[in-house]
Amino acid sequence: MAGMSISEMEEMARKCRVEICKMTHRAQAGHPGGSLSEIDILCGLYGHRLRVKPDDPDWEDRDRFILSKGHASPGMYAVLAEMGFISHEDLKSYRVKGGVCQGHVDMKWCPGVDFSAGSLGMGLSFGMGCAVAAKLDGSSRNAYVMVGDGEIQEGSVWEAAMAATHHELGNLKLFVDCNGIQNDDFCEAQMRMFDIPAKWNAFGWAVKVIDGHDMTSIVDAIDWMDSVRDKPAVVIAKTIKGKGVSFMENNPAFHGAAPSDEQLAQALSELGVEA
Amino acid sequence: MAATRDGYGDALLALAGNPKVVVLEADLGKSTKSLHFRKAHPERTVSCGIGEQNMLLVAAGMASNGYIPFASTFAIFTERAFEQMRNGVARPNLAVHLCGSHGGTHTGTDGSSAQSIEDLAIYRTLPNVVVMHPCDDVSTKALTMQLPDLGKPSYMRTARNKTPVLYDGREDEIEIGKGVILREGSDVAIIACGVLVHESLEAAEKLSAEGINATVVDMHTIKPLDTELIDSLAQKCGAIVTAEDHSIIGGLGGAVAEHVVSSTPVPIEKIGVHDRFGESAGAEEMLEMMGLKSHHICDAVKNVIARKV
Repeated sequence: MAGMSISEMEEMARKCRVEICKMTHRAQAGHPGGSLSEIDILCGLYGHRLRVKPDDPDWEDRDRFILSKGHASPGMYAVLAEMGFISHEDLKSYRVKGGVCQGHVDMKWCPGVDFSAGSLGMGLSFGMGCAVAAKLDGSSRNAYVMVGDGEIQEGSVWEAAMAATHHELGNLKLFVDCNGIQNDDFCEAQMRMFDIPAKWNAFGWAVKVIDGHDMTSIVDAIDWMDSVRDKPAVVIAKTIKGKGVSFMENNPAFHGAAPSDEQLAQALSELGVEA
Repeated sequence: MAATRDGYGDALLALAGNPKVVVLEADLGKSTKSLHFRKAHPERTVSCGIGEQNMLLVAAGMASNGYIPFASTFAIFTERAFEQMRNGVARPNLAVHLCGSHGGTHTGTDGSSAQSIEDLAIYRTLPNVVVMHPCDDVSTKALTMQLPDLGKPSYMRTARNKTPVLYDGREDEIEIGKGVILREGSDVAIIACGVLVHESLEAAEKLSAEGINATVVDMHTIKPLDTELIDSLAQKCGAIVTAEDHSIIGGLGGAVAEHVVSSTPVPIEKIGVHDRFGESAGAEEMLEMMGLKSHHICDAVKNVIARKV
């Protein structure tokens, strides 16, 4: 499906936002805020670039995508359903016993999921392993990883950041979803991170800062990432937590809270769903 | 005399013919003995610097791409990456093979910060993970050679210092998950792993002079535990002594006791480190200080026999 137009990917993102709200509402649990902040990037990546085969999810030479912020799984599941890895009916299994849509993305449960995340700070290292393997295989496949900005407070992220440049992993691509909010509060209150792009620069990565909700910028950034072949590349995406649903936007309460019936109705209305 | 870590290093070299075998290091390859592989196959060796957490997950990523990763560092430093092992390796059941060298108080003069006495216990709690602690270089090599076919993650503890070679020419007797009977007797079964296997054989020799006949088992695999063998020994001997250079909490002794209480209850005495940390001393001095020498095992045997009903 890679090769979608900007407007097609924007429409895909809108549909995914609807599903994110429905899934978390249905489960009365989960993480809508970070799903809504990441979703434009996910749609851009899957729609524009990722070399995967929904009918053959274990295809060995596929690009890998690792959602390290595994709690933001509703966004991932919505995209996997749009891509055809799972059905839209499967989305109803989110957080339900026996469902493919486990609370956090899990490679053992859900086709199209490349890593069992849920514990922050692990995905970049795992992605590095995928990138090293691709190099050993002589393959041109890439490993794409997404972390949250709060997540980079985990020290092991920087072990991976240092190791990836040491090994000159030009096939490792990272998105930092900078929505500015973590579980308990704004990142500024929990742990100030100061100049995030400068940190990645200092570790030797190629760095680009974009608006993570502008599909044209996202597509351009993905093309730029792919042009970097001698070192790992990171796109620092400025995003809004809860983007697209007014009462969730930039609201720490919706990091890990589900919408009520009334809130769902309002959210769907704002997302262009007719009552 | 030879060190089990040398058996590990030899095995990696011997496995190098399989192009999917890769080695990951965290700046202790000289110590864990993965350096031999690195020198011969630098292109298949991934230096992770002094970063154990990253190493475990790079290994997991490679395993998910069809490689067979062998990662090693000191046993104690593997524990720093325990949650990576739990969530990133064991949970998705990726066949990463982790080796922790310098395990136990036998590590010696480096002192308590380097003497892991809890590794076997913590890795044993993880679903999917096979846990091993061989007693000599030959069995270490034999077990390591079987890992590429295991298809699930493993943790193996090796030791820093040299111990007697028991299995020279007997490699074929070593199989993951199967305890080895090294000596037969019907008064008591001494079930040991690692450095204490040799101490247990010494104890059995001393005991036989006093008319006590002990079975000695090398339980090199702590998980999955050879419960069939343990049940038969419990029935035959009616008393068990476990022996390990590890905390008495949760290791081989814990595993054997957990099983025996629910199958064939018999009295058990546990030789191990009694809920304390070590200190700097020579390897043999540490065994003496921690109550892990053959004479301690002899005492435990007499105690457990006295408790037989």
